[in-house]
Amino acid sequence: MIALIIRRLFQSFVVMLAVALVAFSLFRYVGDPVSQMVGQETSIADRERLREELGLNDPIIVQFSRFVLNSLQGKFGISFRLGRPVKELIAERLPATLELSLVAALFSLAVGIPMGVYTGLYPHRYLSKFFQAISLIGISLPTFLIGILLILIFGVILGWLPTFGRGEVVKLGWWSTGLLTVSGWKAIIMPAFTLGMFQLTLIMRLVRSEMMEVLRADFIKFARARGLSNRAINFGHALKNTLVPVITITGLQLGSIIAFAIITETVFQWPGMGLLFLQSIQFADIPVMSTYLILIAFFFVLINMIVDILYHIVDPRLRAEGAVV
Amino acid sequence: MARSLLEVERLGIEFNTRRGTLVAVDGISFEIEEGEVFGVVGESGAGKSLTGQAIIGLLEPPGRISSGRIYLNGKRIDQLPYEELRRIRGKKIGMIFQDPLTSLNPLYTIGKQLIETILTHLPLSHKEARQRALKLLTEVGIPAPDKRIDHYPHQFSGGMRQRVVIALALCADPSLVIADEPTTALDVSIQAQIIALLKRLCEEKGTAVMLITHDMGVIAEICDRVAVMYAGRLVEIGPVAQVVKFPQHPYSQGLMGSIPSLRRRVRRLTQIDGAMPRLNEIPPGCAFHPRCKHSFDRCHKERPKLVETSTTKVACWLYGN
Repeated sequence: MIALIIRRLFQSFVVMLAVALVAFSLFRYVGDPVSQMVGQETSIADRERLREELGLNDPIIVQFSRFVLNSLQGKFGISFRLGRPVKELIAERLPATLELSLVAALFSLAVGIPMGVYTGLYPHRYLSKFFQAISLIGISLPTFLIGILLILIFGVILGWLPTFGRGEVVKLGWWSTGLLTVSGWKAIIMPAFTLGMFQLTLIMRLVRSEMMEVLRADFIKFARARGLSNRAINFGHALKNTLVPVITITGLQLGSIIAFAIITETVFQWPGMGLLFLQSIQFADIPVMSTYLILIAFFFVLINMIVDILYHIVDPRLRAEGAVV
Repeated sequence: MARSLLEVERLGIEFNTRRGTLVAVDGISFEIEEGEVFGVVGESGAGKSLTGQAIIGLLEPPGRISSGRIYLNGKRIDQLPYEELRRIRGKKIGMIFQDPLTSLNPLYTIGKQLIETILTHLPLSHKEARQRALKLLTEVGIPAPDKRIDHYPHQFSGGMRQRVVIALALCADPSLVIADEPTTALDVSIQAQIIALLKRLCEEKGTAVMLITHDMGVIAEICDRVAVMYAGRLVEIGPVAQVVKFPQHPYSQGLMGSIPSLRRRVRRLTQIDGAMPRLNEIPPGCAFHPRCKHSFDRCHKERPKLVETSTTKVACWLYGN
């Protein structure tokens, strides 16, 4: 297990280095940083001096190393657009996005797995067919449409839920959370539902097909022949065997939820990283963009590592120590 | 009259398909006495395994019992509600499947699977159940059971896994074990060990065995009585010595003739020409007549019933009537 974690850590490090290279090249090749900093009337000599001061004339390797070292210390530079350290900007926005993503992911798991189990166990019942139909809608309707429809119904017509923003937030150190206030919860319902809807249908369909597959397996037949109760068979034996693919997809999807919360955040004016990123693209705010890139890559790498470790917890066959005796 | 442990009366199994109803098992009757080893032989598709599954109520749809009755200890079990039948499975009737590699849940230790099954059927504490599991593992010949009990199925070889499967089938002391081709998936060298183990354990515990196989060698070795099935029908049933040495039915004769022998030197093994009919084209009369060397007019028209001969019961117009 420890060997695995070390191996994965090393691989993650390599991946992060590659991503850092891409983020770094954004600075180099998307426009000239110096001309973005200075005015039109600055002389060429002054520009050269600035270039020298910023270290832009150093060999690429040296510049890249400096970039990586700075990033490791959390020095991501200053936003061109807002003139504030990127670190601060991200720290303000990150909690909103993470909370939204986690709530959406938990919602999709908590609803998707039971629905998948049910439709897998009783594929011919009416409720299963109903779930299947719903999931089709969830997969085919675009996120922004669901969001706008929800706002129209619950926000405008019924007036039950706020149409934008996070509601009241509570500060816990640098982390601001909306999950401790009623208005925060009210505000998160619609965006989380919108964001989680696609994942929900994906998880439901995955669990369903995996359940149907596993229920045909010999060891399920043998479990029945041993007289185990249906509950033990369905949830103990069958469901656990569907978990490996579910963990994989959930992990990958969690990464996507965080990265692609952009649309949902825009629809609901959710003050998260997605919104920040979108605005940064419009202004070619490269420090923010490259930091966002690094951060999202970091989340993906982290989640993948957790997924790998979960595999080993769920499936004993992957634990290398116990070879066939 | 004293009733047998298991009685199967005119059991019929059908499949409803789009192209009509297929009769997979057609009115077979037999009984198994306590402690007896009862063999069922036949080619693939003869309905042997379906019969075994029907007894414990695990026929997979669209297969269903269409007629007949099944009694266990004189109590009818083929119409029991699911929950009641579940309590019989594993407790009164154990089952062993063909492939030990896929019979065990890969994600749980064998100990957990044993203890789970024991606790389902017996009023024991978890600790007692573990003791019992250890004892069972010792009985089926797993070395160092106190260590092995916490291992996962993939850490065992095929033969060892089948021993675990046997332990699972026997863990609530059932009075009958249905073993469906228990050695087919194993190495030849392991097969004999597993068969010997099964026989020894069942003798010790007084468990009856219904052994479903197409391996005549295995039948000859351990069975007391044997039934021969062909195209969903019983064609011959009797004591193993008689059926193996002096088969009456032409099909049984063909089956026995196809066993290679070391003592007799033959140029070619005998074979039965043709193949078993598919379920939707079973011929009228005796199902075997198109392949039978002795067939005559009556075989084409009328279906023979099982009749008593001096040695076995046989369904063939060559005998009686």
